[in-house]
Amino acid sequence: MGEITGGWLTTREQENSVVSKETALLEYILRLGDNALILGHRLSEWCSNGPVLEQDIAIINISLDQVGLARNYYKLAAEIEGGDRDEDYYAYRRDVFDFKNILMLERPNGHWGDTIARQFFYDTYHFFVLEELKNCADERIAAIAAKAIKEVAYHAQFSAEWVIRLGDGTEESHTKMQKAIYNVWEWTGEMFETNEIDGLMEKANIAPNMVEIKNLWDDKVSQVLEIATLKKPEDGWHQTGGKMGVHTQYLGLILAEMQYYPKSYPDAKW
Amino acid sequence: MKSIKDIYTLLNEVKDPEIPVLTVNDMGIIRDVNWNNDVLEITITPTYTGCPAMDLIESQIKEELDKHDLKKHSVLTTLSPPWSTDWITEDGLKKLEEFGIAPPVKGTADKRALFAEPPKPKCPYCKSEKTVMISAFGSTACKSQYKCKSCLEPFDYFKCI
Repeated sequence: MGEITGGWLTTREQENSVVSKETALLEYILRLGDNALILGHRLSEWCSNGPVLEQDIAIINISLDQVGLARNYYKLAAEIEGGDRDEDYYAYRRDVFDFKNILMLERPNGHWGDTIARQFFYDTYHFFVLEELKNCADERIAAIAAKAIKEVAYHAQFSAEWVIRLGDGTEESHTKMQKAIYNVWEWTGEMFETNEIDGLMEKANIAPNMVEIKNLWDDKVSQVLEIATLKKPEDGWHQTGGKMGVHTQYLGLILAEMQYYPKSYPDAKW
Repeated sequence: MKSIKDIYTLLNEVKDPEIPVLTVNDMGIIRDVNWNNDVLEITITPTYTGCPAMDLIESQIKEELDKHDLKKHSVLTTLSPPWSTDWITEDGLKKLEEFGIAPPVKGTADKRALFAEPPKPKCPYCKSEKTVMISAFGSTACKSQYKCKSCLEPFDYFKCI
């Protein structure tokens, strides 16, 4: 992989860097993969800890879909990079600064309402992005997206219904859900942030226009929150860094757990 | 050299590890069988993105081919067009129901709709139509959990994608 990570570059240096379309494509695919893997790993922590058995099963099914999706993107990245890389390389052999997932997805799960708030905001975004990606100019990405959107439609329905159940539930669930929405809000802005890579990919008819995605997302989110009797927070300053490889402390902890085995026993086979 | 038709027949021996009554043909996951010179190429497609059974299915296909002395083979995977429950054969749907899994109901409601009316499969045990969804997610990626209000048995429903 070339010198593109930009984790330590200033904005001006990034603006002046010249990124080839191939490098941008790889970076874009890895971002998609990293979002899926890190969220999938986070959700897997609910396994055996769900509030009731059915929801435990539901959330880890969603987790499984995410991990499977990450595998598809990583396989494609390996194919583009060539050599002896495979999907496991990207999951297990990279460090914090190599991961380009958005920060929201690496945050701890919190209580069920916190997880649902994050999931609702992300699923809604993910659905609209996949809807565009399935018709994008890169056939390989389009194939992955066309497959994933069938599953993500179930996720988006699940998380939106939970927001409504909790928001329009008891006084306690309403209060907790509203707080969860406020807490996660400042982390949602990064989903729509664009930089050089997005720009190049949009020009190549691969990445969707994020302004349009944001509009679709705003409409859906407003609609669901209204039914849920919850207030939609105002847009303001938002957290950022993930797309450049600058992460919260939590990603390191995820990787420490997720990569423990392959790091302790490199190339172990069973 | 075995004919393509013979190869398909032979693949009837490979079952879905999670639903052992269904063959890979019943599932509609074999997308192509083709002789590339003397190499037999079999193209499969995953049902669900994260389906952990895919790797096992691939190795079972290879084993089956080895058993029939078809040593030169390769199993390829394709994602496009994406697998749909509509590809399960009529025979497969019948076997699912006999196995105790309600087969997918065609023309399922739009999943983008909130609180969309979930599909109403028949109870695979008592055939009652009074069934209710417990959760859209079930014991494997491809199933939902249901309950029959007549015989009170819980059952799996193979959900539409």
